[in-house]
Amino acid sequence: MSAVLMPLVAQALPLADFVKPKIEYNELAPLLVVFGAACVGVVAEAFLPRAYRHLVQVALAIVALLAAGVLTGILMHDKKSLVAAQGAISVDGPALFTWIILLALTLISVLLFAERSIDGGLSAFAGQAAAVPGSEAEREGTAAKVEHSEIFPLTLFAVGGMMLFASANDLLVLFVALEVFSLPLYLLCGLARRRRLISQEAAMKYFLLGAFASAFLLYGIALLYGYAGTMSLPGIADALATKTGGDAILLAGTGLIGVGLLFKVGAVPFHSWTPDVYQGAPTPITGFMAACTKIAAFIGLMRVFYVALGGTRWDWAPMMWVVAILTMVVGSIVAITQTDVKRMLAYSSIAHAGFLLTAFVGLAQSGSGVTSGITSTQAVLFYLVCYGFPTIGAFALVTLVRDAGGEATHLSRWAGLGKKSPLLAGIFAFFLLGFAGIPLTAGFTGKWAVFTAAWTGGAWPLVVVAVLCSLVAAFFYVRVIVLMFFSDLPADSPDVALPGWQTTTAVALGLAATVVLGLVPGPVLDLASRAGEFIR
Amino acid sequence: MNIGWLTLTLLLPFVGALATMAVPKSKALLAKQVALGFALATLVLTIVIAIGYHRNGPADYAEDVTWIKAFGAHYALGLDGVGIVLVVLTALLTPIVLLASWNDAKTGRWSEKSFFAWVLGLEMLSIGVFAATDVFLFYVLFEATLIPMYFLIGGFGGAQRSYAAVKFLLYSLLGGLLMLASVVGLYVVSAKHGDPSYLLADLVKVDMSQNTERWLFLGFFFAFAVKAPMVPFHTWLPDAAAEATPGTSVLLVGILDKIGTFGMIRFCLGLFPEASKWATPVVLVLALISVLYGALVAIGQTDIKRLIAYTSISHFGFIVMGIFALTSQGLTGSTLYMFNHGLSTAALFLVAGYLISRRGSARIADYGGVEKVAPVLAGTFLFAGLSSLALPGLSPFISEFMVLAGTFSKHKVIAVIAVLGIVLAALYILIMYQRLMTGPVRDGIEKLKDLNYREVFAIAPLVVLIIGFGVYPKPVVDIIKPAVESTMQQMGVTDKAPQVPVTEGQK
Repeated sequence: MSAVLMPLVAQALPLADFVKPKIEYNELAPLLVVFGAACVGVVAEAFLPRAYRHLVQVALAIVALLAAGVLTGILMHDKKSLVAAQGAISVDGPALFTWIILLALTLISVLLFAERSIDGGLSAFAGQAAAVPGSEAEREGTAAKVEHSEIFPLTLFAVGGMMLFASANDLLVLFVALEVFSLPLYLLCGLARRRRLISQEAAMKYFLLGAFASAFLLYGIALLYGYAGTMSLPGIADALATKTGGDAILLAGTGLIGVGLLFKVGAVPFHSWTPDVYQGAPTPITGFMAACTKIAAFIGLMRVFYVALGGTRWDWAPMMWVVAILTMVVGSIVAITQTDVKRMLAYSSIAHAGFLLTAFVGLAQSGSGVTSGITSTQAVLFYLVCYGFPTIGAFALVTLVRDAGGEATHLSRWAGLGKKSPLLAGIFAFFLLGFAGIPLTAGFTGKWAVFTAAWTGGAWPLVVVAVLCSLVAAFFYVRVIVLMFFSDLPADSPDVALPGWQTTTAVALGLAATVVLGLVPGPVLDLASRAGEFIR
Repeated sequence: MNIGWLTLTLLLPFVGALATMAVPKSKALLAKQVALGFALATLVLTIVIAIGYHRNGPADYAEDVTWIKAFGAHYALGLDGVGIVLVVLTALLTPIVLLASWNDAKTGRWSEKSFFAWVLGLEMLSIGVFAATDVFLFYVLFEATLIPMYFLIGGFGGAQRSYAAVKFLLYSLLGGLLMLASVVGLYVVSAKHGDPSYLLADLVKVDMSQNTERWLFLGFFFAFAVKAPMVPFHTWLPDAAAEATPGTSVLLVGILDKIGTFGMIRFCLGLFPEASKWATPVVLVLALISVLYGALVAIGQTDIKRLIAYTSISHFGFIVMGIFALTSQGLTGSTLYMFNHGLSTAALFLVAGYLISRRGSARIADYGGVEKVAPVLAGTFLFAGLSSLALPGLSPFISEFMVLAGTFSKHKVIAVIAVLGIVLAALYILIMYQRLMTGPVRDGIEKLKDLNYREVFAIAPLVVLIIGFGVYPKPVVDIIKPAVESTMQQMGVTDKAPQVPVTEGQK
């Protein structure tokens, strides 16, 4: 074994003469812009007077996201597809497509973070995170309208990490990216202005479990390195093709990496953090996490398993079948018993992860000669778009239903909402119908795409399980609609806050995406199909 | 390109729904008039199309625009004999329902205008379903019809309406989602043969293995069996029909449920001929059970609307039987049956609705001697009932006869047992009439008002058509026949059976 490893190790060691690494600045520009802006944001936080910080940070974040988006758009237009930064990052079609969605969704999320008009001129975030909940210091901070404008640089770091994660061509980069996007999220989760204890508990849970999952991932990376002698994904693929023996370490490494990635995806049995964190985190952050983390994690998962471990697909596919089925079944059935809107949406996001996994397991790849139709990558990318925009929109709506204690998220408080605010209830019902996959909404076309990819790859039993789970899922979505429209309004019903333009924009974009992708999904599907496969 | 005739037929009710919603809440009457106007305009348009179809054939009405290329989905509309009959039925029943339910939406959860708008929305989607010649488009519209119906039942029905609406939705979604699996499967099969396409014309040419065909068939058939509905997937219908307003029930049973039987002809027989033949014995037995079980349970009902719902289950048993008998007579009879059943059930539900709205109760036991107090109401009820039990001279008789004759020529035992259904039909209708209308006048009935002009005017077209097509069904049969023949040809089945006895007799 060592004889095989030696040359590879020798290659990886630094040479005596220093060679300047080749960095493709043009191709990496979107990443650099986002990370650069994040650093500038940190500096600005330290030097700017408090009065200007919020405005500057919001503007900086928006400008950075827009600029990165434009740069990514140019790269997409040029159909760039290459391995950059000495093999560490692959800037290929799926990566660029993911970047664009991430940037767009983060932009919407940033608008939501900046929303102040819902809660009496205050944002959804704690004024002073360090102040003890319920203390005098907290009240003083609230009265003085103190704010943490750090959330914007933190968000930029998170989205930069996500972008890196989705394009990591090397397991170490993957791990670094994971930490870069996770750590800001842990912090952001604990920053809710209302119900701070639950929020802090959520952050704690997320951090502990996330650290645990990171350890799994890291151990898996170590084992795979032990097997292949390299961290690079194509290198591992080559090792798989040429090497004999060492299967135990390979399988163990695959399994551990799988655990780490499936944790971020929110797949059963690694999902238990999702409902608690989604419930406790400030709702705009929940929307951001539900949409963006899932996207980044999914693309990372697919890249590792398709590019590096594609050669052993027959070893890991059965495991993923089981995970996919469990995720769909548990996600949709447990959602029925939920009594909190945010928890229900959390379980719904788990069920959606299950639907996405069917396409992932379907392994319909254009290269493999399985199909002339939809590929798994195309289907997953499309589904993520269909899922991301309405998700943020739905969470934005959740922020609007309020009573004296902040958001009224208990489902019983939503009874009769259709009478109080037909518009809000109607839009929320539409989002729910979309999540349920009713035709003429984005949810349907998305589902159709992933199911087709699954079936094309021969995973038709998964499709049957998926449609049955869709029915169960439809039940709990419809239950909320029944509650909103067919129940009577209680006397002490919560108020519906008047949203500012930020929230209105988020909801409107979610609505537009649901309608447009449901009626004319063609352009986005084409874009996803042009993204092609992951490059090696 | 000009807007096609069928697209126009879809747009008209849709614009009508929007216009109805746009009318301010204070002007409820205007909103209702606008809705009725659009419904009538749609009716006129479909009649023009039907006449044109009768003269020049289907070629003028085919539309085909690529919709989602990656899915192989097309916005493709077209008509055949079966489709045009159901499109006309939809356009005919909608204004009648609107007129008959003029005041029914007042007690609903939402404004009256939203009831009228939902009905128009449902009309648009239903017409689309009957005209779609692309499986994907059909599926999308098929599922989309659930939404207006869900809100019509849940928003404007009786005490248990939420429960009934959710039950309706979940049953339909169960069928629909299993069909989705089959629709996805069709794409995969089609993609294996080059460019994927959901056009019916392309899918007919696709070869699939016997096993694949059977599994895909089952997905479609299950959805249609739930929709139609056939025993044992029927339990949602009595609940939904009993809780909904009579107008909604008419749309539900008269139009939406027809999508099930229509789908069986166009998709099960059309796309999976081999599997349809394979499934025939089981389907015929299920249909027979529906005929008898529906009728028997109907006799025992204590609620007028539930009773009518069960009679429909029995009728749908006949329709499915005629379809899967796989004879041209049976198929033609079934298609005609769909049309006639739409007329007679609409009449029955609407008159029953008039009655119920006067007394405020749907329990049969609360009535008695109505014919003495409200003779016109009782008379129309009797007429509707007689048409439902297929009295000769009224249009359902012809279709029921054709179905039975068509079935008999290939499956004698089934047809003979099914004839019992006619006897039972006489029982459930006449016993109900006896309990409701004859005998001494019960308390609370004395001051029952007879039908007013609006109500008579709504029901009159149905009466005229039932008598008219009962005496002279040729125009409808002529339109249906070519479609049936082409379906038969596609399936590779012929009507040898009826000719055999003739030659034997000559020997």
